Amino acid sequence: MVYSDKVIDHYENPRNVGSLDKNAADVGTGIVGAPECGDVMKLQIQVENGVIKEAKFKTFGCGSAIASSSLATEWLKGKTVEEATAIRNVDIVEELALPPVKIHCSVLAEDAIKQALADYKRKQENSNV
Amino acid sequence: MSDTSQEKQVYLDYQATTPVDPKVLEAMLPYFQGTFGNPASRNHSFGWNAESAVDASRKSIAEAMGASAREIVFTSGATESNNLAILGVARMYKPKGKHIITCATEHKAILDPAQYLGKEGWEITILGVDANGHIDLDELRSAIREDTVLVSIMHGNNEIGTLHPIAEIGAICRAKGTLFHTDATQTLGKEEIHVQDMNIDLLSASAHKMYGPKGVGILYVRRRNPRVRLEPVQHGGGHERGARSGTLNVPGIVGFAKALELCLADREGEQKFVAGMRDRLQKRLTDALDHVHINGDENARLASNLNLSFAFVEGESMLMGMHGIAVSSGSACTSASLEPSYVLRALGVGDELAHSSIRFSVGRFTTEEEVDHAADLTIATVKKLREMSPLYEMAMEGIDLSTVQWSGH
Repeated sequence: MVYSDKVIDHYENPRNVGSLDKNAADVGTGIVGAPECGDVMKLQIQVENGVIKEAKFKTFGCGSAIASSSLATEWLKGKTVEEATAIRNVDIVEELALPPVKIHCSVLAEDAIKQALADYKRKQENSNV
Repeated sequence: MSDTSQEKQVYLDYQATTPVDPKVLEAMLPYFQGTFGNPASRNHSFGWNAESAVDASRKSIAEAMGASAREIVFTSGATESNNLAILGVARMYKPKGKHIITCATEHKAILDPAQYLGKEGWEITILGVDANGHIDLDELRSAIREDTVLVSIMHGNNEIGTLHPIAEIGAICRAKGTLFHTDATQTLGKEEIHVQDMNIDLLSASAHKMYGPKGVGILYVRRRNPRVRLEPVQHGGGHERGARSGTLNVPGIVGFAKALELCLADREGEQKFVAGMRDRLQKRLTDALDHVHINGDENARLASNLNLSFAFVEGESMLMGMHGIAVSSGSACTSASLEPSYVLRALGVGDELAHSSIRFSVGRFTTEEEVDHAADLTIATVKKLREMSPLYEMAMEGIDLSTVQWSGH
């Protein structure tokens, strides 16, 4: 597989690898994929006053899956929760120049973002009750 | 693209192919220009000289496995030999039966022609294997029927290295009166092979897995007790006693014979050397890393083979980190089909571990320094990727990954 320089850069120097406290009220967690499919992404956001202050990821998967989730955390930081919902997999494909067989990696990253946002919103609603 | 010019390149993919030994190349060179004749040219010295080189090669290859020269058919490689064995026997013996037996971990060059025959109405029994890659010999015995014309079981597996007991399989087939073919691509020149002692009726092999050139193979076809007959697959000038038409690859054939001669000159010594390198690599990796699974049979295994699954990291991402180390992976992401290795699946290795598998294979020119360098880089890459693996994190937290409800995609 011949990758773009951007994929290689994210693979060699992944941004924001790590974990946040999944039980914290201001943290949203998304875990998508399955080990038997060859990729699992965990993406977490920490939100303060409606703005994503911190984003972390851990990914089991190929170079494109790692790069897609690494890029997603970069893009999430500093965005409002509303702005974050606008991130689309096609943006990731374009930015990383992913080949067609790797498009599913970007879909997985978009799903992880959505899940993390939904998890955060659910926690907020529950704490407001 | 990463810059490869600065990286140390280490070749640990000897089961994919091997470099041509300099002595093999030297033996081949005269047959490209000086002695370039066509062995089928019967009326001039160019043809005669080429023919005598082919005859000498045929004789030495045959004798190396206890066969006679007339039982060797030259082909373009083991894929062609396998196709000729399966299709050629099936078509010739059609009046006798319509059943062929093979096994789930065979190379695609066996499984695909067998499947092709299945479409033509043949019944194909594909024997399963246990966790180490072995067939059950009792199951084989009971699978052989009156109308079984061929059993094809490979000698050494190309992915996991498991060695099948071909002498026992040969004895079973002989007792049942069924022809036995073995794909010995990974083992000729390495493991002991004797077609008489092992009751082998047909045998495929290729030069490029034993330090010979690509593009030349053989099919051994027994001529006595019993005489095996083949319907040709490739038609034309009637070369190779009609079994395989096409001008002979004279330099390739000379190279095959020389390569085999070199392998057998010190077969046991080389096996010991190669296994020593493999064991060194295995020890370095398993000492430094936990959750490493050995795929295949740790004992009945090709000396060169080391197939490992590094749990919680994906194979393709490992290859990306192992700069300059040439190995293979059973990960779906490295295959054209986007499916994980069917061989590992047949062993019952879960897909998640198949995605995490790497096949290392060492050989004649491997050095301790290369093994150590490859081990260091592999260990560093696995550790780095486990740091960013959500599965490793969960496993370390004591979560049983098999109980997790995954979303899939």
